[in-house]
Amino acid sequence: MIERTIYIVLLVLMPPLLLGVINKTKAWFAGRVGPPWLQNYYDLLKLLRKRMVFSRTTTWVFRVGPLITLAAVFMAGLLVPAGPFAAPIAFTGDLIFFAYLFGLARFFTTSAALDTCSPFEGMGAAREVTFACLSEPALFFAFLVLAKLSGTLSLTGMLHGPEGGFSPALAAPLVLVAIGLFVVLLAESCRIPVDDPNTHLELTMIHEVMVLDHSGPLLGTILYSAALKLFILGTVLLHVIVPYHSGVAWIDWLLFVVEMLGLAGAIGIVESVMARLQMRHVPYLLVAALLSCGFGFLLVIR
Amino acid sequence: MSVALILTAIVLLSVSGLPACLMSARSLGGQRVASLLMALGSAAGLWGVGASVSEATPPALRVPWFLPWGEFSIAVDPISAVFLGLVFVVPALGSIYGLGYWKQTEHPENGRWLGLFYGLLAGSMALVVIARDGVLFLGAWEAMALAAYFALATEEDNLEVRRVSWVYLVATHCGTLCLFAMFALWNRATGSFALNAAEAMPAALASAIFVLALIGFSFKAGFFPFHFWLPGAHANAPSHVSAVLSSVMLKMGIYGIVRMSALLPAPPPWWGETLLALGALTGLAGIVFALSQHDFKRLLAYSSVENVGIIGMGVGLALLGRSMGRVEWVLLGLGAALFHVWNHGLFKSLLFFNAGAILHATNTRDIDRLGGLGRLMPKACILFAVGAIAICALPPLNGFAGEFILYVGLFRTLGFNGEAGVPAAAVAAVALAAIGALAVACFVKLFGMVFLGAPRSEAVSHAHDPRKSMLLPMALLAGGCAALGIFPTLGIPLFERACRAWGSIPESNAASIAALVPLNALSMVGLGLLGLAALATGILLLTRRLKTARCAGTWDCGYAQPTHRMQYTGTSFGQMLTDLFSFLLWPKDHRPAVEGEFPAQTYFKRVIPDLVLERLLLPSFHWAARRAQVLRFFQQGQTQLYVLYVVLILIVLLAI
Repeated sequence: MIERTIYIVLLVLMPPLLLGVINKTKAWFAGRVGPPWLQNYYDLLKLLRKRMVFSRTTTWVFRVGPLITLAAVFMAGLLVPAGPFAAPIAFTGDLIFFAYLFGLARFFTTSAALDTCSPFEGMGAAREVTFACLSEPALFFAFLVLAKLSGTLSLTGMLHGPEGGFSPALAAPLVLVAIGLFVVLLAESCRIPVDDPNTHLELTMIHEVMVLDHSGPLLGTILYSAALKLFILGTVLLHVIVPYHSGVAWIDWLLFVVEMLGLAGAIGIVESVMARLQMRHVPYLLVAALLSCGFGFLLVIR
Repeated sequence: MSVALILTAIVLLSVSGLPACLMSARSLGGQRVASLLMALGSAAGLWGVGASVSEATPPALRVPWFLPWGEFSIAVDPISAVFLGLVFVVPALGSIYGLGYWKQTEHPENGRWLGLFYGLLAGSMALVVIARDGVLFLGAWEAMALAAYFALATEEDNLEVRRVSWVYLVATHCGTLCLFAMFALWNRATGSFALNAAEAMPAALASAIFVLALIGFSFKAGFFPFHFWLPGAHANAPSHVSAVLSSVMLKMGIYGIVRMSALLPAPPPWWGETLLALGALTGLAGIVFALSQHDFKRLLAYSSVENVGIIGMGVGLALLGRSMGRVEWVLLGLGAALFHVWNHGLFKSLLFFNAGAILHATNTRDIDRLGGLGRLMPKACILFAVGAIAICALPPLNGFAGEFILYVGLFRTLGFNGEAGVPAAAVAAVALAAIGALAVACFVKLFGMVFLGAPRSEAVSHAHDPRKSMLLPMALLAGGCAALGIFPTLGIPLFERACRAWGSIPESNAASIAALVPLNALSMVGLGLLGLAALATGILLLTRRLKTARCAGTWDCGYAQPTHRMQYTGTSFGQMLTDLFSFLLWPKDHRPAVEGEFPAQTYFKRVIPDLVLERLLLPSFHWAARRAQVLRFFQQGQTQLYVLYVVLILIVLLAI
């Protein structure tokens, strides 16, 4: 009970802090001071106060889309375990529900984008659905590996590994899966090298361009959902990279927070040292992630 | 009693179109009588199905008849009951839909024809599903195929309709030919045409029967290389006929495969593996072709191919489970397949009825000329959104519930707790994930291009919401999708009985789908998701932020003259994916030649013909026709010569 509450509090409050860490890391690399750590919270509060402007061509899909996206992503967050604790909701096969909740979020985000009758949003929507077709199979290969290793079909069991945790003998498939999952994380949360969150050139954007017409609280909802997605996928990845848990509850929560901030810093480093890939090369990167997870699967079943 | 009810239902459905033929072509009375008879027949049939399910042994009827082979033998076991449920729901709803869509007064020249063959199609499909004798099965199968041909060819003065109905006729008869061969072998193996579970059979004979059944029924079901008649036929038929063809008639092919695989003894593992691979290939090919279409009915037809592939994967998993002795795989695989049969029946008919409403309102099937219909046809828009979410298998609707069960089955082939698995089969789960993501791309494209955005041409200027007789069936189907999605336990007991009957699982084995898959947890999280969405919407409405919002034009980067033609078209939306899959699609592009400082007006066009029909079959038929020109020598046009040929052949036949 207490663990569920702590996890839900972290799930609701921590995601914008991750974005702040990423921005501060990029600023440090560039020799700047950068925005304050809590800037994203201030941005969300500011957006909640603002008035909305709707395009004349939009329908109920544009207004309801961001809300359904938030509901779906939040529900997916409730399925993921943090540290050695169980997730608030767990049942056999919840990994499929998890993956398809992201699909539901994507359906409504892209539909809301197409509702604006603008070629910019159409561009972003087309790219978003294309890259999802390549990252979903990679995610499922990773799930197959984890399911085989742990012997269960629930995310809580799969991410905690077999009895006694992941052993060093399983390092090879897990490293391959970690590489694949990291690329999927970068793709789904729209980070460099897949998408640049800072550019405002519509020809080069994916996620940023889909939200051009949203304003006010609905824009805040979308930005918050994107941060939530980063948090959730980061939590999944942490189980594979750092499967170490001490036995003490408060130390494990502290470790979890520190590891999430460390992962955000690592994403910031990746964003600072690389440039965004050419749009036509992004599918190659995603296929590489798919093959990496696929090879991990081959190692596990032989 | 249930047999009598179902036979009454079949008779009522088959003759429902007859009274209209006796009435005037310009009155609505005949069509209303037809719809009433179909509704009564369907109600009687559903009552009969319900009664048969509650009986311990399947009710049956055997009567010898006037033909020298076979007998009139029918039975209603749980497998038949599942398919009968579909046959007695969708055509009746289609008939009510037809009251508004194909009004007799608006189509006096072919309305009665369509009503007659529509009823015959529904009745013959029900007979196919309950037939337990090979000859009766073939008779009902042929009646179904011909009734479908005549219903499909309703608008026979349209050249395209004539062309595609001819292709359909050729395809269905190729399938029937394979079925003739299969039943001949069946007679050889078991000594009669009766469709009862066979005892031991030589492995080669059993495999030959299985392969012939698979190919013959694939022509009807639409597995990959045999699907070539589907896109044209479903696109050019009247929409309620397309709905029945797509939702119900394709499942007759699936029924055939399920029935024959139940009757054959001791299946070897390669049967299940072949069907699993074929299903995955069909699913991927179907959805990739769907993504590249700009005719929305053709898109829906290819999407049916994809869903048949998913059902095939389920049946393949069940066959594999039977070969390896894994009861869980049988329950999960066939249970998911039967559930998807119902699910696809519901949401595909909903989508086709919607497509008919759009066609009726705008008179065009081209996505690139539509747009902005969400404001002009709001009710159709909401119903289409429900259908699109269901077909993409997104929670909390029924498509997700069915695929969830299939996923759990496929993941279990990894082999847990020390039991041997077939890990290669688990790759099918990855294929299913890819199919799901591609389906989201395809239906976001369809929904966005047709209903969202702004009109791309004048075609939408007279669009309006469809009539009540068209909206009512759509609303019922949408309600069915939601009910089965949030409460999958409504259908699971029947599917489980069908799986037990199919796999001959003894009563002592206590495995059940409800124990393997947490259906109650699914219901709860589905309701939870709806609750969260409702909460968020409620907060937005309560804080009255929508009221203080103002309207403006879409942000256009300061462009001087934005037009609605600048929006993304369907071809643009799918372009990255069609480029990625160009090895399968082989698109034909007309690229613009842009030269000089002030280039002339030009255009870009991309056409994706069907791989099997237009790239393989038609060219080879044309080549064969050219080579066969040498035989023209025999056709001299003189009657005396033809009489001589007849005499010569008769002498030869009498001599042998």
